[in-house]
Amino acid sequence: MSSKAVATLLGTLSIAWYSGMVMAAADPYQLNFQQPNSTIAQQTYDQHIMLLWICLAIFIGVFGVMLYSLINHRKSKGYKAANFHHSTTVEIIWTVIPFIILFAMAYPATKTVIAMKDTSNPDITVKVTGYQWQWGYDYLIGEGAGISFISRSSTTLDQRNNKAPKDEFYMLRADKPMVVPVGKRVRLLITSNDVIHAWWVPAFGVKQDAIPGFIRDAWFQADRVGTFVGQCTELCGKDHGFMPIVVEVMEPAQYTKWAAEQKAQSAKTVVDVNKVFTLDELKADGEKVYAGNCVACHQANGQGIPGTFVALDGSKIANGPKAEHINIVVNGGKAGSAMAAFKHLSDVDIAAVVTYERNAWSNTTGDVIQPSEINAFRK
Amino acid sequence: MAAVHDDHAHGHGHGHEHGHDDHAHGPPKGMMRWLTTTNHKDIGTMYLWFSFSMFIVGGLMAFGIRAELFQPGMQLMTPEFFNSLTTNHGLIMVFGAIMPAFVGFANWQVPMMIGAPDMAFARMNNWSFWLLPPAALLLVSAFFVPGGAGAGGWTFYPPLSVQMGMGMDMMIFAVHILGASSIMGSINIITTILNMRAPGMTLMKMPLFVWTWLITAYLLVLVMPVLAGTVTMLLTDRHFGTNFFNAAGGGDPIMFQHIFWFFGHPEVYIMILPAFGIISEILPTFSRKPLFGYSSMVYATASIAILSCIVWAHHMFTVGMPVTAQLFFMYATMLIAVPTGVKVFNWTATMWQGSMSFETPMLFAIGFIFLFTIGGFSGVVCAVIPVDIQVQETYYVIAHFHYVLVSGSLFALFGGVYYWLPKWTGHMYDESLGKLHFWLSMVFFNVTFFVQHFLGLAGMPRRVPDYALQFADFNMISSIGAFGFGLSQLVFLTVVVKCIRGGKKAEAKPWDGATTLEWDLPSPAPYHSWVTPPVVK
Repeated sequence: MSSKAVATLLGTLSIAWYSGMVMAAADPYQLNFQQPNSTIAQQTYDQHIMLLWICLAIFIGVFGVMLYSLINHRKSKGYKAANFHHSTTVEIIWTVIPFIILFAMAYPATKTVIAMKDTSNPDITVKVTGYQWQWGYDYLIGEGAGISFISRSSTTLDQRNNKAPKDEFYMLRADKPMVVPVGKRVRLLITSNDVIHAWWVPAFGVKQDAIPGFIRDAWFQADRVGTFVGQCTELCGKDHGFMPIVVEVMEPAQYTKWAAEQKAQSAKTVVDVNKVFTLDELKADGEKVYAGNCVACHQANGQGIPGTFVALDGSKIANGPKAEHINIVVNGGKAGSAMAAFKHLSDVDIAAVVTYERNAWSNTTGDVIQPSEINAFRK
Repeated sequence: MAAVHDDHAHGHGHGHEHGHDDHAHGPPKGMMRWLTTTNHKDIGTMYLWFSFSMFIVGGLMAFGIRAELFQPGMQLMTPEFFNSLTTNHGLIMVFGAIMPAFVGFANWQVPMMIGAPDMAFARMNNWSFWLLPPAALLLVSAFFVPGGAGAGGWTFYPPLSVQMGMGMDMMIFAVHILGASSIMGSINIITTILNMRAPGMTLMKMPLFVWTWLITAYLLVLVMPVLAGTVTMLLTDRHFGTNFFNAAGGGDPIMFQHIFWFFGHPEVYIMILPAFGIISEILPTFSRKPLFGYSSMVYATASIAILSCIVWAHHMFTVGMPVTAQLFFMYATMLIAVPTGVKVFNWTATMWQGSMSFETPMLFAIGFIFLFTIGGFSGVVCAVIPVDIQVQETYYVIAHFHYVLVSGSLFALFGGVYYWLPKWTGHMYDESLGKLHFWLSMVFFNVTFFVQHFLGLAGMPRRVPDYALQFADFNMISSIGAFGFGLSQLVFLTVVVKCIRGGKKAEAKPWDGATTLEWDLPSPAPYHSWVTPPVVK
């Protein structure tokens, strides 16, 4: 029996250490969930610890008996086998006890699930859209309504391919993080533009699939300020591993300042759709849009990836009628094609990127597509 | 177990009689023997070798995955190819390695254990097997077509799987063929068990391995057509303009997941119930004590099978179901812990006050109980929705299902192979090499998968070819474990080949605690066994 006591003691100590352990973000030996930053995440964390305690108790009970038996009931020790093989009483006991344990597990979980699903009375509502392979944020209701931007991974291809050094934020930063005020209820309306993605920030206890054609909601309320990181968690194609979710939680005053800045900036960048651009202006802009949206599949050299993603350099569409080219960029490819729709880009961006594609590499159509054409096409 | 009495003399006389049979109906020689055979033992052997070769192919894919994840950054392959590897590793291990291996066991053991001369539909049995190689060929050759093999995960979720190239179509056809093979195999097993038991062997006297296979076969017949249906819908969405799973055309991508997991969850039990059966044969033999709670084991198996059909949406807790649906699936899932717990308790009670010895099959059986229970614990953790939402699609889930599939199903298969090899080959296997295989597998398995729990909890998603620097150390440990685990299986191959080619002659009943009918046959079991059925009292 002493071995059992030692096992109990060791197990208790290790799990007590484990449950008390809340690790800093980048600990290479982090064994447990991240430090919670919302009520739901805290409840999840506590329930997980409770489950571990229950599992440990059962583990010690069952394997204590088995270990005793393995040590003592051996043929090599000359132990003679008993011949019992049935006991209804025992069967009933070990059917009923697990029921009771399961009830103890399910009760707090049920309360948390109901709380998770209650998305009423938000202070701020943000629409989150998954794209292959970036996230779009549209602030719909509440302070900051009207702000809208795309968030892409800050990790470069060179870092990924080991041609540039990796810093401590490798894979953990986005060019434009989502920003929310601390202590405010944020409702997320989550959807997708192409395939299924999932929006996950562990510290908030939120993971919700982004489903094309459907809107699902979730909510969180951050308890403290800081930068919180998650990742897409539903396989969404080749760059699934490279679409981080970064949320900056700010003091309310700072958030107000951020929102005002964003609005001022977007007011500056609003362009009259009837403005006429030159070929060079559009090409220069288009190259940036291409780098942000198209390069992952069609590649910087326009060659695509043979067999998977078509080349644009010398392609029939990029050198054929304009309307078809605009159509495939705005509405995506035929059913079954990997080409996503990019109707969420502005008229100027689409005009620029189509112009760029028709005049880059060996494509020399000389076509200039103006934003007004895109605007007309959309109608 | 029921007391067994053979109608005529055991051993010597028996072997003589069958020796005579061999002369009359011996197998043809060479390739034609294997192509045309209707013998359950030949077909069982082919199933087992097929499964082992698929295990090697799927294992090489795992090597590729773990090699890429050895360090952060992309070193060896493109992300697309990485996705193809994870997708096909899963598919090949589930449909190519684990399931055919259990069918191989059923072919060899069910007729011998119930006292039947062969399977009920001997020609269909041949056809069920020979469907497998073309399906495997489709899966593997998809790597060489334009666009590469399917890379949308073994779960085929649309719309991603609608985006893929022709590799996905090959995957769909392979699944159709494998499904057809499984359904035929199951019908065969059900018919054999229900109609061809020896006189006196009532259902409640059947060995537990036979019981678990009977229940598994019913599950297969129930769910394989559902899988075939859903991948057919996927095929028509891809090529024939339907919109089952396309919201823009009035469909719903989540409907695919519901239908897929209605197949997928029972599938999990299809891969574990026969493993329970094997363990329930090995433990009493080496404890020299009857199985504790035989009837409650049968009822527990049936309860698990029934419950497995109403828990599928616990794979989908993050899709955003209504709260009542979520709670229903959580409670139903937790209920499965009850019959599963009963099994573990019964096994423990079987060992209690036995007279145990620890040959390789027993080691694998104990390893199974120990590690499968850990997988069961993480299963209960995953059933609790708030926690599941955190660990869904992370390495925690990877760790969980490898604990139940590798140290569960696969360890049971290893145990079963060592247990019955003397009967199959007529030779004893090399006990020290067998033990070496067990200990290497046990250590490297845990090195590979235990740390993945931590990776998942800390936030590493599955199906990613690269990760933040924080996860580097545990990934390296896991990769080292995986390489070790893979290489350890060469020891297994050595033991099996050595045992087939020679070794100490096996007695009819090499394990003194064994009680089931196959041990009344000589070793190796004659080509045609139980031509005259035994009588069970």
